[in-house]
Amino acid sequence: MSVLRVRVWRGGAEGAFQAFEVPRHASQTVLDVVTHIQRVLEPALAYRFACRVGMCGSCAMTVNGVARWTCRTHVDKVAAGGELEIAPLANLPVIRDLVTDMREFFDKWARAKGQFSGARTRADDFSRVAPQTPARRDVDAAIECIGCAVCYSSCDVVAWNSDYLGPAALNRAWTLERDERDAARAERLRAIAGDAGCHACHTHMSCSERCPKGIAPTAGIAGLKRAAARAALRGEL
Amino acid sequence: MKAALRARNHPAYWAFLVHRVSGILLVLYLPAHFWVLGLALHQAARLDAFLRWTDQPLARFGEWGLVLLLAAHLAGGLRLLALEFLPWRDWQKALAAAAAALALVVGLAFALAL
Amino acid sequence: MSARGEALLWTAQRASAAVLALCVAVHLATMIYAVHAGLGAAEILSRTRGNALWLGFYALFLLAVAVHAPLGLRAVLGEWLGWRGRSRDAALAAFALALAWLGARAILGVFL
Repeated sequence: MSVLRVRVWRGGAEGAFQAFEVPRHASQTVLDVVTHIQRVLEPALAYRFACRVGMCGSCAMTVNGVARWTCRTHVDKVAAGGELEIAPLANLPVIRDLVTDMREFFDKWARAKGQFSGARTRADDFSRVAPQTPARRDVDAAIECIGCAVCYSSCDVVAWNSDYLGPAALNRAWTLERDERDAARAERLRAIAGDAGCHACHTHMSCSERCPKGIAPTAGIAGLKRAAARAALRGEL
Repeated sequence: MKAALRARNHPAYWAFLVHRVSGILLVLYLPAHFWVLGLALHQAARLDAFLRWTDQPLARFGEWGLVLLLAAHLAGGLRLLALEFLPWRDWQKALAAAAAALALVVGLAFALAL
Repeated sequence: MSARGEALLWTAQRASAAVLALCVAVHLATMIYAVHAGLGAAEILSRTRGNALWLGFYALFLLAVAVHAPLGLRAVLGEWLGWRGRSRDAALAAFALALAWLGARAILGVFL
């Protein structure tokens, strides 16, 4: 029976890594490891999970420096030399141990006007949106975001610029910018342009590299830059 | 630190770092470059002396470094223009490699010309 | 800076980048040629002095550089030194003017 040497962050912003030894199994995920630690070794360990099958994004943590969904990360893939380092998601305040405060992540989503704003009422007929138009294909490529914050946690600009809205919020804004039904596009462009918005993105592409859903926020942010430039040149921004 | 480096060890991040660092070095070099050439206006003798100094191997190596920085920054910049203005495709990642190759080719051309 | 201001700065940065892509390509090719042909200072200056085409080219090059370099620096200062706000923009405007002035002196020196 081989053993994993696991270091887990304990504490808040101040704290330290605590070492554990966890039995290694075949087909073991990092979430299995954390669960074992909390159930058998250290009941006081705080961590989040829900579906444990890669649908909800609650179990996102930093594993060996990289933000991942722990339920979808096989130990074999990341534990080189039988060692694991598990920390909370970066760029977010730590509540305790592996649990982060996600409020700012969602507040920025709202600040980016990341909510649909329709012009029709229930008295109007349905909108008809053709699925194969370029605009709708752009939306479809970015719409599957579940708000797990892996991209936000992977972005250095978020770390360097505390006002930066971040890849998830901007990605959602992009899906609405390309949604022909949305009535708040002008207002949204004003919200996402600027030093706190799309213009702060320097195409590191860590967000696109790490997104577990295969979304490329970089693509949407590039689109927002173009849209903002067009609006500014037309005097609409 | 090791974990931090591992998280950033992907092509697009390297491309960003090269682009930013080359830009910083070039922006520090530019005022000096303009000032030296400006010597030709009123202090031709100093310019001559300076240009004789540039015949030395160390100066030649520095020139080659500058050409490499400029080529790298140009290639990285072309990549960014492609990413921001051309339709998004999955081979965007290959652009980083293409930019690196272009920069090296230019650097090599300059080195061979010496 | 306002959203509109940032969007316009972004546009200026990309536009100047496109101009520089051409200018730098020509500049690099020229430098490689000059070094390969073993041209010394005297020979280079004899070709550039009184050459209106080269004057025009390098004036355009300088204008693009004076826009592009300070804007590039702006992001670095904001993100790595935490310097933001009016003072940063004022300093960069001054830097742009300084570059333009030094560059103009250089161009005149090489072409007059």
